[in-house]
Amino acid sequence: MTAALEVIKLCKSFGGIAVTQDVSLCVEPGERRLIIGPNGAGKTTLFNQIAGEIGSDSGTVRVFGQDITRLPVRARAHVGVSRTYQVITLFPKDTLVHNVTLGILGVNRRRFEVFKALLPQGGIHEHALRVLDGVGLKDRAGTLAGELSYGEQRRAEIAIAMAQSPRLLLLDEPLAGLSQDERGIVRDLIAAIPRDTTIVMIEHDMDVALAFAERISVLHYGKLIVEGDREAVVAHPLTREVYLGV
Amino acid sequence: MKHWPLVAVLLLALFPLVAGEYFVNLASQVLIAVVFASSLNLLVGHGGMTSLGHASFLGISAYVSAWLGLKMGLGHAFTAPAALLVTTLVGMVFGWISLRATGLGFLMLTLALSQVVWGLAYRLVSVTNGDNGLSGLTRPQPFGWDLDASDNFYWFTLLVTCVAMFLMTRFIHSPFGASLRGTRDQPRRMNALGYNVWAIRWVTFVASSFFAGVAGLLYVYFNKYIHPTAMGVPVSAEALLSVIAGGAGTVYGPALGALLVVVLKNYASAYIERWNILLGLVFLFIVIFMPAGLTPALSAGVRWLRGKKQ
Amino acid sequence: MQIWAIQTLNSLALGGLLFMLSSGFALIFGLMRIANLTHGSLFMIGAYVAATVVRAGYGMMLAALAATAAVALLGGLVERLILRGLGANAQRQVLATLALSFIAADVCLVIWGGDPIPVEAPLILRAPLRMLGLAFPTYRLVVLAIAVVVALLLYLLIERTRLGAMIRAGVDDMPMARAAGIPASRLFTTVFCIGAALAGLGGTLGGPIFNAYPGLDAEMLPLALIVVILGGVGSLFGTFLASFIIGFIYTFGNFLAPDLAYVILFLPMVVVLAFRPLGLFGRSVA
Repeated sequence: MTAALEVIKLCKSFGGIAVTQDVSLCVEPGERRLIIGPNGAGKTTLFNQIAGEIGSDSGTVRVFGQDITRLPVRARAHVGVSRTYQVITLFPKDTLVHNVTLGILGVNRRRFEVFKALLPQGGIHEHALRVLDGVGLKDRAGTLAGELSYGEQRRAEIAIAMAQSPRLLLLDEPLAGLSQDERGIVRDLIAAIPRDTTIVMIEHDMDVALAFAERISVLHYGKLIVEGDREAVVAHPLTREVYLGV
Repeated sequence: MKHWPLVAVLLLALFPLVAGEYFVNLASQVLIAVVFASSLNLLVGHGGMTSLGHASFLGISAYVSAWLGLKMGLGHAFTAPAALLVTTLVGMVFGWISLRATGLGFLMLTLALSQVVWGLAYRLVSVTNGDNGLSGLTRPQPFGWDLDASDNFYWFTLLVTCVAMFLMTRFIHSPFGASLRGTRDQPRRMNALGYNVWAIRWVTFVASSFFAGVAGLLYVYFNKYIHPTAMGVPVSAEALLSVIAGGAGTVYGPALGALLVVVLKNYASAYIERWNILLGLVFLFIVIFMPAGLTPALSAGVRWLRGKKQ
Repeated sequence: MQIWAIQTLNSLALGGLLFMLSSGFALIFGLMRIANLTHGSLFMIGAYVAATVVRAGYGMMLAALAATAAVALLGGLVERLILRGLGANAQRQVLATLALSFIAADVCLVIWGGDPIPVEAPLILRAPLRMLGLAFPTYRLVVLAIAVVVALLLYLLIERTRLGAMIRAGVDDMPMARAAGIPASRLFTTVFCIGAALAGLGGTLGGPIFNAYPGLDAEMLPLALIVVILGGVGSLFGTFLASFIIGFIYTFGNFLAPDLAYVILFLPMVVVLAFRPLGLFGRSVA
């Protein structure tokens, strides 16, 4: 079966510093993969390489068999890759439903229309509301994104990405800065995402992340040092050394 | 009042029946400025791309129309589309060049390109008549309608303005318009969402230059004369002031800004010799006390009044 | 041969003036991210003030002092009273600085009238300098010399002083600099005054070459913009080099092909920018 995401010997250096060193991993369709590692391990860089925002020095990235290593960022949404951002990147002066609409339009031919009005185009609006319902924010649809609470904004981040019905969803620290209750809500939200979306997540919050993860990849100084299912990685001596020795 | 634009158009159409020739001509100038400022608004307000070179499109359109009519003896039915075509083609090229940069670099490129065109208009005397300008131009006579009469010209301009504003408004409210504003606010995310940010900006640049060309035609018909100063930085700067002061990114804000500028220029200049000071002070006032521009401030004022009544 | 020598010197002198004009603009933009569209006006006001002082019989040195101080003060007021309150919004800054330039232009018209005011170069500098069998306009040599000295002083200021260290930190990463305790407020005003002072000095020295006239602001501003963009934001050396490149292109362009002067001036810049959007020496500043 074709892997959802295949990273083969990916490398990236900035100046003389090797940030990503020969990283290879393979994520099966429908899998829930967690990437962890101490600060500075190169998780975000790896993520950005997969998402295309940083070019790789060498190596390959394949999504469902298609080589996307050199594909420009704007083409990646069209092969089914969507991502969220660690720093909230919403459109603050627009309503929540408009934020999600922009996500929907990104992969919809209607985005080229210059003459027809955006509203009220029935299908898209309903679709956006459904997506918001999926993250529990349907009643906040008309609120400006900048006026949402931080927890709601985190959920909105995921909603925009999910609006594109991605085959591969990249979540960059989706729980960052959330309170205990909010973390629970987001955890349930992520757990409810159907299996036709493969999820790769970077996270620091161990409780939620470990519960989420089926397989875990541990990065340290840009190298993949441990990989396996949850129990194996947690028990692995290197994992403890990397986390507790630091 | 949901259909207030229609009411406004109706009132505007009735204007010549109550106003004398001086005011009708002033109103025509206002309408031309409205089209010009609104075209710039697509770029500056909705696209977030501040340009100081927009006058070049107005000027190119005017000069092409003038030159084809004067030197080649061609009729308006041909020169108008030709002028718009040339302007749009130049817009495509200038857009491609200018969008190599963003922010200050973009501003600089738009300024530089417009200065090149302005300089050429002065120096290529054989084509443009240089500092003397091209005079002896005519207004079109669409279907025998005599546009030399101010009232007729006003109604013609009003008609063209309505069509242009209608098209620009549809553009703004379309999915493309939404994607344009998205690239203005979060270009990085828009990229990741699958939009071609550069292409969106370029298309907007071209559309904006086209409508500036429309304003250019109205301008040269009104004045029956074209001179290089029409392409100068002050004209671009005034349009930019109109857009930002009126309310960048709104639909009708720039129109309000244009009205303000034209009225201040023409009317105030009769009473105050150094009206530029007044113009500057008015804009300083707006930028300090009404950060989002006049239109949002007025809307807020109306909402506040409504709130008080209840 | 004589003509070429003169034109070369003219180019160098113009380059020097452009450096004084543009370095101020570059400093302000580099640190505060404000595109100060009143910069041309400041140059012009410097020229007018100098002209007035010289006309009153006080000599060029005092004129330079007066003009530089006056323009620096003006710059400080503008920054404190108006630009300070606008926040980081680029469009508001453009509107404000454009509006101010409109006001400044008309105020100058009111005070000094519409006719160009010649600025007399100091008597001792009027006789040409004879070297290598050629005669060089002495005044322009002096302008060039002063510009080079100013460039060196600016370099020392930025690289060797505490103020310079603060400026460099701010240019690189303002939020970080603030966090490190750098007094942003005082720094901004100081830098704006320095930038304005440079423009004022440039205007003074440029007086005998251009005269003080209405429209000088609109002529100089695009040149400053070209230099800063060509040289690259954040690079003092880039600004220095670009000033002279533009000085040469402008002078020789006007000399060799007056018909195409504007094309010759702007086209190379467009070409450079189109292929190197950061300019010749620019670094990507946040």
